[in-house]
Amino acid sequence: MAKVLMTGNAAIGEAAIRAGCQSYFGYPITPQNELTEYMAAHLSRRPGCSFVQAESEIAAINMVYGASVAGVRAMTSSSSPGISLKQEGISYLAACQLPAVIVNMSRGGPGLGSISASQSDYFQSTRGGGHGDYRTIVLGPASVQELADLTHHAFELTDKYFIPVIILGDGMLGQMMEPLEFKHEAPDVPPVRQDALRGAKGRPSKFVRTFTSHPPDLEEVNWSLFRRYQLLQKQEVMWENYMTEDARLIVTAFGIAARIAKGAIKQARAMGLKIGMFRPITLWPFPSEQLKELAKTTKYFLDFEMNMGQMIEDVRLSLEGQGDISFHGRPGGVIPTPSEVLRIITRIYHQKGLN
Amino acid sequence: MKGRIEINRELCKGCGICVFFCPKKLITLSDQLNAAGYLHTVFEDTGTCTGCATCAVVCPEVAIEVYRG
Amino acid sequence: MEKIFSHPTSLKKAVFHYCPGCGHSIIHRITCEVIDELGIQDRAIGVPPPGCSVFAYYYFDVDMVESAHGRGAAVATGIKRANPDSIVFTYQGDGDLAAIGTTETLHAANRGENITAIFINNAVYGMTGGQMAPTTMLNMKTTTSPFGRDARLEGHPIKMSEILAQVQGTCYVERVAVNSPANIRKAKKALKKAFQSQIDGKGYSLVEILSPCPTNWKMNPVQSWQWVDDVMSKEFPLGLIKDTTDKKDAD
Repeated sequence: MAKVLMTGNAAIGEAAIRAGCQSYFGYPITPQNELTEYMAAHLSRRPGCSFVQAESEIAAINMVYGASVAGVRAMTSSSSPGISLKQEGISYLAACQLPAVIVNMSRGGPGLGSISASQSDYFQSTRGGGHGDYRTIVLGPASVQELADLTHHAFELTDKYFIPVIILGDGMLGQMMEPLEFKHEAPDVPPVRQDALRGAKGRPSKFVRTFTSHPPDLEEVNWSLFRRYQLLQKQEVMWENYMTEDARLIVTAFGIAARIAKGAIKQARAMGLKIGMFRPITLWPFPSEQLKELAKTTKYFLDFEMNMGQMIEDVRLSLEGQGDISFHGRPGGVIPTPSEVLRIITRIYHQKGLN
Repeated sequence: MKGRIEINRELCKGCGICVFFCPKKLITLSDQLNAAGYLHTVFEDTGTCTGCATCAVVCPEVAIEVYRG
Repeated sequence: MEKIFSHPTSLKKAVFHYCPGCGHSIIHRITCEVIDELGIQDRAIGVPPPGCSVFAYYYFDVDMVESAHGRGAAVATGIKRANPDSIVFTYQGDGDLAAIGTTETLHAANRGENITAIFINNAVYGMTGGQMAPTTMLNMKTTTSPFGRDARLEGHPIKMSEILAQVQGTCYVERVAVNSPANIRKAKKALKKAFQSQIDGKGYSLVEILSPCPTNWKMNPVQSWQWVDDVMSKEFPLGLIKDTTDKKDAD
């Protein structure tokens, strides 16, 4: 398969189509409009497929819920404020144990915020986000190639585990253009799940619901989800160790921040500083064991995020009191440069007396 | 046309709608409680029922079967 | 003698949890009679709302999926777009369709989504204890309009059927009631026409059904059935509001 040059937003769309996405429902919001537009251009006329520009993000997530019940691969996308609107729908998807892929190309917040890239939806994504005791799988790509690969992976994961998957991108990843390779071909006929509700022909009628007037039944649903979450923690974590073997200082970062930090670390290494990076790719389930492993050989960590400090809580939880953790953050949609990060990591390196 | 109805008294909630609408006034609310605690209705088979099925059409509980012949 | 009235096949033999005299059970039954007569039990997918009818899936013997409050039209859109062969219907109360779900309803109708909406109008929010609904009438006392609905503060009752009839994607709209034998028969006919229009691919269809709610209207069942005639249908006139099902799809 030849390499192509695409923007992140378009790459997600193409990857979704190649993963057999049958339905896309979205609503315009910067900085992800190119994804909605890509699906309008490329999904809507595919045989058996469906594109709707819904009347709101709320309507879009509920259309995804309906399409998922009917057994097809369905996706919606938005950016931070629109993802807030979707929380009720995501809670229902989680409760009904329906597959779905939700893409968040996050922007500065809170409120209407800014249209620039930010990472301030980490908590929203990894702590359920809506009401109730549930989690969604959260994937944190850091390149256009990864946006494509993780989109495909998202559809596989959600159909395997019946848990909604959030792809947590950001405005910069969505807009940047990089070469990438698509590893899959689009199916001629989009797949349909066996458990789907498509009319009770030749079988008893089924219903999908979350509400019960008998709390112990709901407790059992919750515990069954909990067991599945434990399984995910064991089987599906993804992460990247970048130059951590001999690192005296390890940067923890995800997504676009990790991309920026990598540039800074390369420069630091050229100056002889032994700095590495731990990059979670699954933000939920978080690769806690893998991070804790690094604390055996490295004492100093710098958590770097484009927010006021969200993933740092998972870093602290994972390290369980070990390690000396510093933080550098830029919220609001401000995009730090590699030289800013280089300044910070160099300063900390020397402050802590590392050599 | 002769008719007859059968009221499932355990489904009846004593709403009285069938009593109100029966054109021959053959249904009355009894003073008997069913297992759910409702006073159920009873049908008086005087031979004047025509099997019009009005009672069954208005019964919210689908508690009435109608026979005609 | 031959049995001439019995339980529809697509209605499960479960005891209804609805109040004595409630319109829901009548509407469930006549909808199931229509499903039987049209032979669509194995293709039908229903979307009940939060509300008194949240457990509709205990009664309708068809595939059903719960919806978040107000989102039925969007859920139905997703189901129908994923599987156009299914016959998809929403079953929504007046809060669900005319308050929180107005946007989804209007836009599903505007897109001409080939779905059928069964709109249960009892002028009040039933399950939550009798609060004011968009369709509550002026001067009607409810738990959140304890002094009677005041047009200056709360506006007028909303006529969703008339509004949705304005939208081009809607092919059939009729308002009926289930408070008398004659009205129940007409309601069933309207439901049959609505489902048929979906089978024929004509667009969005809506049947608004005035439904008695004795408990929250604080009346006995017979009084509540009479009140639909005496008061409610004066505000919400019964009858055909739109029927373009004969038109060719030339737009």
